[in-house]
Amino acid sequence: MVFEVFRQERKGQPFQHAGSVTAPDESFAEIYAREQYGRRQESVALWLVPRAAVTQIAEFPDEFEMKYRRVDGYSIKARLHEARQRAGTLVADESA
Amino acid sequence: MDKRNVDQRTTEFLEYVQSGGQVETSDWMPDEYRAKLVKFIEMHGNSELMGVLPERDWILRAPTLQRKLALTAKIQDEVGHAQLIYRVVEDLGKPRRAALDDLVSGKAKFHNVFHYPTKTWGDVGVIAWLVDAAAIVSQKALLKCSYAPYARIMKKICWEESFHILHGRDVILAMVTGTQEQFELVQEALDRWWEPLMHFHGNPIPAEEDPMFVWRIKSQANEDARQEFLNGYVPQIRELGLEIPDPALAKDEETGVWSYTEPDWDKLRAVVTGHGPASQERLAFRRLSREDVAWVEQVVLAEAA
Repeated sequence: MVFEVFRQERKGQPFQHAGSVTAPDESFAEIYAREQYGRRQESVALWLVPRAAVTQIAEFPDEFEMKYRRVDGYSIKARLHEARQRAGTLVADESA
Repeated sequence: MDKRNVDQRTTEFLEYVQSGGQVETSDWMPDEYRAKLVKFIEMHGNSELMGVLPERDWILRAPTLQRKLALTAKIQDEVGHAQLIYRVVEDLGKPRRAALDDLVSGKAKFHNVFHYPTKTWGDVGVIAWLVDAAAIVSQKALLKCSYAPYARIMKKICWEESFHILHGRDVILAMVTGTQEQFELVQEALDRWWEPLMHFHGNPIPAEEDPMFVWRIKSQANEDARQEFLNGYVPQIRELGLEIPDPALAKDEETGVWSYTEPDWDKLRAVVTGHGPASQERLAFRRLSREDVAWVEQVVLAEAA
């Protein structure tokens, strides 16, 4: 069985995928993961997940290009310029 | 399934990896890329596993308890690296058992430097310092490998290697500040290891002709790696009063390029195909230890069943 290993480097940090171990069962997986990913105090915690238990989603279609939900959906520059002009707060080099 | 033909997908894949793209295990990849990955990564795994043998010879002969412990820890790290690396190879389709079969039968290769004997404790120091330094140059260039699972475990491996270099440097410094006899042991070891070190990064083929570079499995040409090694370590060797056994070795101060006596590339080819001074002995030992521990595998599998 393949177990995916996630490790946490310090308390409060996210668990990150570190690699995997092959083991006949969970108790051996624990021993191997401990040796390979934790023996030098490089981890404060490990998560072992049987590979078969992982569901992967890798496609995120965006047919409607919903840009209004993203920062690149907004172009502030031209409007800000106009607003400043109207308010008379435009700095000299900006008016060019 | 993607209806585009394989040639077109391969071209797109090449463009993707050449522009810095990375690939995961479950992604589509050309068969040739997969085969090259397996070959390259398997050889790395073999080298980690075979690389412990020259050092293993010195566990019982290490001069102090402290050195014995450090050497043992380094060997444990390297076997650990082999385990991580064989796992990556397994996910690409070649089981660890098959990789070990090919290793002990002499079909698969391992790095040139592990085909040589370790004559004295000076050799152990030179290996831990300079062979590991040369290896780190190559391994750092793998952090950007187009195959992401390999690049990720290289992060951990490089982190552990940095301790190995320091240990090696400490061994060398202790010897060059010791008796004249100790200093000479280091000089003699350096004389023995210089040729294998110059062979280490491979013949200077242009990057564009190196399939491992074309697929961005490695991100550096052989000669660039050697130049980086020379630039970093020749000054460190010379400042200790050690002499490098190549009168032609010199740096062009204007271009920054090191010139050296052309290594015998036929000899490198012979060494890595099993004709090095310790190749057969090392393989015989690996076969023997594999037979010796076969019962452990049986017990583990029976226990888990």
